[in-house]
Amino acid sequence: MNDETILLSHGAGGERMARLIEEVFVAAFDNPTLRELGDSAVAPIEAGRLAFTTDAFVITPIFFPGGDIGHLSVCGTVNDLAAAGARPLHLSAAFIIEEGLPLADLKRVVASMKAAADEARASVIAGDTKVVPHGAADKMFITTSGVGVVPEGVDISPARARVGDAVLINGFIGDHGLAVLCAREGIELETPLRSDSAPLAGLVARVIEAAPETHCLRDPTRGGVAAALNEIAERSGACIELEETALPVREAARGACEILGLDPLHVANEGKMLVIVPEAQADAALAAMRRGRYGEGAARIGQVVEGPAGRVQLRTVLGTRRIVDRPVGEPMPRIC
Amino acid sequence: MRHLDEYRDPALLRALERELAALRPAPVNLMEVCGTHTMAAARFGLRQALPEGVELLSGPGCPVCVTPTREVDRFLAAGAAPGTILATFGDMLRVPGSRSNLERERARGADVRVLYSAADAVALARSRPERQVIFFAVGFETTAPTVAMTLLEADAGGVGNFSILCAHRIVPPALKALVLAGEVNVGGFILPGHVSTIIGSRPYEFLAREHRMPCVIAGFEPTDLLRAVLMLLRQRAEQRPQVEIEYSRVVKPGGNERAQAVMERVFEVCDAEWRGLGMIAGSGLRLREEFRRFDAASRFGLLAPDTQDPPECRCGEVLRGVVRPTDCTLFGNACTPEHPVGPCMVSTEGTCAAYYKYRPSPDG
Repeated sequence: MNDETILLSHGAGGERMARLIEEVFVAAFDNPTLRELGDSAVAPIEAGRLAFTTDAFVITPIFFPGGDIGHLSVCGTVNDLAAAGARPLHLSAAFIIEEGLPLADLKRVVASMKAAADEARASVIAGDTKVVPHGAADKMFITTSGVGVVPEGVDISPARARVGDAVLINGFIGDHGLAVLCAREGIELETPLRSDSAPLAGLVARVIEAAPETHCLRDPTRGGVAAALNEIAERSGACIELEETALPVREAARGACEILGLDPLHVANEGKMLVIVPEAQADAALAAMRRGRYGEGAARIGQVVEGPAGRVQLRTVLGTRRIVDRPVGEPMPRIC
Repeated sequence: MRHLDEYRDPALLRALERELAALRPAPVNLMEVCGTHTMAAARFGLRQALPEGVELLSGPGCPVCVTPTREVDRFLAAGAAPGTILATFGDMLRVPGSRSNLERERARGADVRVLYSAADAVALARSRPERQVIFFAVGFETTAPTVAMTLLEADAGGVGNFSILCAHRIVPPALKALVLAGEVNVGGFILPGHVSTIIGSRPYEFLAREHRMPCVIAGFEPTDLLRAVLMLLRQRAEQRPQVEIEYSRVVKPGGNERAQAVMERVFEVCDAEWRGLGMIAGSGLRLREEFRRFDAASRFGLLAPDTQDPPECRCGEVLRGVVRPTDCTLFGNACTPEHPVGPCMVSTEGTCAAYYKYRPSPDG
């Protein structure tokens, strides 16, 4: 395949499209189910409850320090499955590609997807491709869906946070959102930040094994830790208190937030998992996270306390308490 | 940014709080006149950490908020001309004009671009020579020098399709107007850190000399703010009003002379309208005659007839420190960051947004 860029005819259903599918997608994702190229992928699933999720990925730029749209599109769906306590099994991927995209870029994105899926022990077994005219999309959009199985006995839900539970996270917050913002706007930091984009199925499996009573899991993506915890507080009718001094924020991320006027709690992450677990199993869960990949910086950042239902609050460095809200709109750098 | 932790050191903070308490200060209203201070104070819960009776009021320190509706309307009007690109800081996107805002106009098809600097707008103008790029130049002395520098570069580079709607304001005349109005009983100013980096401490000295007003230029970390309050209370106790610099790691008495010179080269001082404060003599910047061709208002004859401020909105009083955001009946009800009625709820530096976003936990 020597064509250097994606053309409209790559999406037109003809010979070109067949070759694109064969030589890019099937070649990369390589598995027997996908190779069937049926109208539906048919694959076995094991016993348990089915978890099913879908997510669309739109990001500028499509390549950024620490990841790309492909890696993100698999990690996002894998992590949504993991947050339900499910073991990810099968994924689908739909691509909307702007004509003129270099083929090399598409291959690079697909390779990242394959790497992330392999790491999560999931396979991409179905897909679709559309090519749209120049200007009708921004380089490429990817939608992934995924199914997984929730093993017997695992009961994880954002409605299960209880007074006394510990709130844990597997590492530094804010890196992804800041890395992408800086890449997009050409902001140069003294210490560059990299996206934390990572598939967390393995980490979650370790946590559930070590702390089978785990109540809630949530990946704090758009809206950051603040939005994710507000959702848990609302769904559980609980009050969550964070310790400002315990929040793991890299010095470079904190500096960038100060300069840009952003709150690290509102910045997106793509390789983080919030874990809410009964106090008695908190240390085991922390140890399980730290034992493997993506958990080195795990920390206890707060707890579920007696208080008004649906509230997230923060004990500040001054020892005072303030409300932590969901962010409104896109994070916008300040001007003064 | 290597040393942030030292400004958030809990032991140091406790020590400062003890010092403050030991002063046993008489009740007093202090005013912070910088949106970033308002935000920082709210974010760190500073108000609750101050001794009983020491109140912190917020002043007209958010450049987006003090920009009058008329200017927003003029910018919106500029977008109606075909081929125009409106370039703005993100903060302005949702600031209400009389009838619409930039976000809504963008959805209706206006070409509105959110940029991070005036230089980005010039780069955009260069890449789209067939379009007119108008940059909404909002901001205090912090932003004005970079806009001035950009204009000089655009001028030298012969960029003809770039102009600015100039809504720059300068801080000291507004403080003078506040003090002269005597509407609020302010016993000391926490002066802006970023603005003072540019202008230094001297332009504020009339406040201490003529109005016996204690003043401290402060940084933005919890220890900065506590120390600034401590310094203000000491000035009061010792009855020695002066302009002190707490933020001395950044601010020098003479400020940044190069930035001042660039600003001086491109802009001249003019009377200007502030939301809530009305016309203030010598408080605005306009382009000097030789740069007037970069002035979008005169180039395109931008008018804003029938300007209306949002009814019931008390942003004006909030900006003067006369009422707190929580005194406004709209606050948190009809007016939230999601559905802002006035600009103080929109801007990331806005007093209402700060009070809303970082409201104290009631039983904390």
